[in-house]
Amino acid sequence: MSTSSTRTALWQRDWRGLVFPVLFVALWQVAASAGWVNTKLIVSPLAVLQAGWQEITANGFAHALAASLARDLAGFVLGSLAGIAFGTLLGLSRWADRLLGPTFHTVRQISLFAWIPLISIWLGYTDQARVLFIAVAAFYPVVLSTHEGIRSVSKAQFEVARVYGFSRWQRLVRLVLPAASPQILTGLNLALIYAWLATIGAEFLLPSFDAAGVGATVIRGRSAFRVDVIIVGMLVIGLTGYALNRLAQRLENRLLIWRGPAH
Amino acid sequence: MSADSSTAVILPAPARPVPAPSRLAGWLVKTSHVLVGAIVPLLLLALWQHAASAHWLPAQLLPSPALVYASFIDLWQSGDLTSNLVISLKRVGWSLLLGGGAGLVLGVLFGFSRRARAYLYPTFEVVAQFPVIGWIPLLIIFVGIGEPLKVLAISLAVIVPVTVQTTKGIAQVPRPLLDVARVYRFSLPQVITRVVLPSALPTLFNGLRQAVMQAWLALVFVELLAAGEGVGYLMVWGRQLLQLDLVVVAMILIGMVGVVLDRALALIENRLQRWRRNAF
Repeated sequence: MSTSSTRTALWQRDWRGLVFPVLFVALWQVAASAGWVNTKLIVSPLAVLQAGWQEITANGFAHALAASLARDLAGFVLGSLAGIAFGTLLGLSRWADRLLGPTFHTVRQISLFAWIPLISIWLGYTDQARVLFIAVAAFYPVVLSTHEGIRSVSKAQFEVARVYGFSRWQRLVRLVLPAASPQILTGLNLALIYAWLATIGAEFLLPSFDAAGVGATVIRGRSAFRVDVIIVGMLVIGLTGYALNRLAQRLENRLLIWRGPAH
Repeated sequence: MSADSSTAVILPAPARPVPAPSRLAGWLVKTSHVLVGAIVPLLLLALWQHAASAHWLPAQLLPSPALVYASFIDLWQSGDLTSNLVISLKRVGWSLLLGGGAGLVLGVLFGFSRRARAYLYPTFEVVAQFPVIGWIPLLIIFVGIGEPLKVLAISLAVIVPVTVQTTKGIAQVPRPLLDVARVYRFSLPQVITRVVLPSALPTLFNGLRQAVMQAWLALVFVELLAAGEGVGYLMVWGRQLLQLDLVVVAMILIGMVGVVLDRALALIENRLQRWRRNAF
């Protein structure tokens, strides 16, 4: 369905969705260049493009983006590995679920950003603090989805594994994790979105001079009252999130190809 | 007999009749689950107490549980806790009204009008991908760091889930039901109250549930970034004074509100589902 719609010829595409953004940008440009508005507040789209070009070529914006992405990835990997391990424990052992589940579900209700002051006191305004926070953000969705995925493995499959005399380890690696992988991947996808949110949040709330990042660029723009830089940063943040999401979905579809077409 | 044994091989064994648990037994099982679930928190509390009294870490980095409890009671009795909480909840409430209203209007528009969907939905979809906290620096430039900033930022977090779920809910209204409504010559208000709302309500509610959780998340962020009052500010204040007990008290409060919101919404959703089952 999606492949056939992307393959449709250009003139058959629905271009109506572009009308509003194009009109909006045109109006924005006209308003700014005709001097209808305070151009210190409402910077023209062309100025935003120029600022973007300048940030990329002169101010090392690519470096900042790379630093943010590295942080994002480190936190995501840490958090999701821990999440898969903890979710597997909760899913496989009823006792672990009864012992640790209530604590986990209560702590989960503490709004994510409420961890930042505590983390900042313990670890300071360092990169470890930021990565830890991102890992916490990625941890929750992965635990929940892994738990759910493992719970949904059918009893019949377990019995087959028993008939074949699988060891505990074989059961985990060859039956449970593959059977739960669709849900785990959904959780990882969600974790990726949360990790990017947390990356930007951590750069806003745990700022430091030596740490480069997209969030840091935006803060610099704010303190210099450079609306163009802020908008560039916002666009990059949004587009990066969008790209990460699309990439994750592609990967998910590719990895789950063995399931065959959905019914 | 032989027929019986052959079917038993092919079919899964019939479920053994489970003896209906008596009330008392159910209650006992529930209590035991609660008790087992309390083991880990109690152990952690003991560890925390021990670490604090053995001075594993300086008191600024690890206040004792007793100190946290004392500050909790202190702040509660002085009314600081409740006044800050009320301020935060008011912000969430206004944002839910504003953002939820806007989301509902957009969702209804997208749900009913194919043209509106064709022109506006792609833009909405792209903008919805932008994390709310990315908007905040721009909002600060335009509206300053006063109350409008908080309400606008949280509203933005609310609009997206409400719009998406409203659109979905309306799109999922079964076609035959609408046809029947046409046959009966229902007026538009009748169509909405008798056909669309009943079948879209669970999805709409799902949107509200997501919105409340997003709003609570965004609230804490905005209050940490720029606020002079509210539960998030309580943490900033404690952080600046290096009074970790304040920070922990605020975290506990935020967690408690989160639990209450989650439970309340789950309860209402449960009610809605039951009502729905009765309706059809």
